[in-house]
Amino acid sequence: MTARVGVVTFPGSLDDRDAARAVRLAGADPVPLWHDDPDLKGVDAVVLPGGFSYGDYLRCGAIARFAPVMNELVPAARSGTLPVLGICNGFQILCESHLLPGALTRNRSLRFVNREQAVRVESTATAWTNRYTEGEEIRIVLKSGEGNFVADDATLDELERSGRVVVRYVGEAPNGARRGIAGISNEHGNVVGLMPHPEHAVEELTGPSTHGLDFFTSLLAHLADTSPAAAAATG
Amino acid sequence: MARVVVDVMLKPEILDPQGQAIAGACERLGFSGIRGVRQGKRFEVEVEGEADDAALAEVRRMAETLLANPVIEDFSVRVE
Repeated sequence: MTARVGVVTFPGSLDDRDAARAVRLAGADPVPLWHDDPDLKGVDAVVLPGGFSYGDYLRCGAIARFAPVMNELVPAARSGTLPVLGICNGFQILCESHLLPGALTRNRSLRFVNREQAVRVESTATAWTNRYTEGEEIRIVLKSGEGNFVADDATLDELERSGRVVVRYVGEAPNGARRGIAGISNEHGNVVGLMPHPEHAVEELTGPSTHGLDFFTSLLAHLADTSPAAAAATG
Repeated sequence: MARVVVDVMLKPEILDPQGQAIAGACERLGFSGIRGVRQGKRFEVEVEGEADDAALAEVRRMAETLLANPVIEDFSVRVE
């Protein structure tokens, strides 16, 4: 059965269409989810896309966190069952929801950064990165004004120790992110958030590479591994 | 009706590039004796009835849930 992957649209989401397209190119069915509808429609996973949900009012992601669609999403994600990928604004929403530690603050330069960015995949033990190889460098788009990842030292040490730094900027972090962290996961590996945009790097025609596609094919591999049929086969 | 003010500031250890930019502008504009600037947010909350302990507790709950992100920000609540 084809996997069904929800893509949430908040007021101000920009990249929901690209995320849905990436899901389709990876071989899954994208399912549009609406911020004001608490129903997750039985999807197998969810992408929280980039953009400026609720105009970034208050703090990026601070209002989206309380959208009706999050009511079902947050407990399912926290329990480790529902894979969730937060890209850019989606990462900010995951931090505001406390599904991921730390916070995203204003870029150190105060400038919006919009460029192709080399990042290194440092953990392949997640639902969204298992098709990469550890240490692999990929080139995807970074476009954000508040991508400066901060957390206290104890949290950063714990993230490093437990292998939850998923992607790191190659070279100096373009936004000042602590320890060059571009993306992290929760302890189960089902929730991943990152600032750069894998969904913009899935086709030669429109992206800097196709290096982003494996975030989505990784999910399909993960779902195949964790499906009831797979569980029955391995006994 | 009473007004309760919530001030939200980045924690001291969190970098505040906006505050730094303002401090830099102060120097260029010739304001003397400015050692540093940190930028925060002020919320003016109108509450029904008096700003009694129950009302303040409610505003405090609202501040820690919504107005501030306790991971990076501190807040204070006072009646004005």
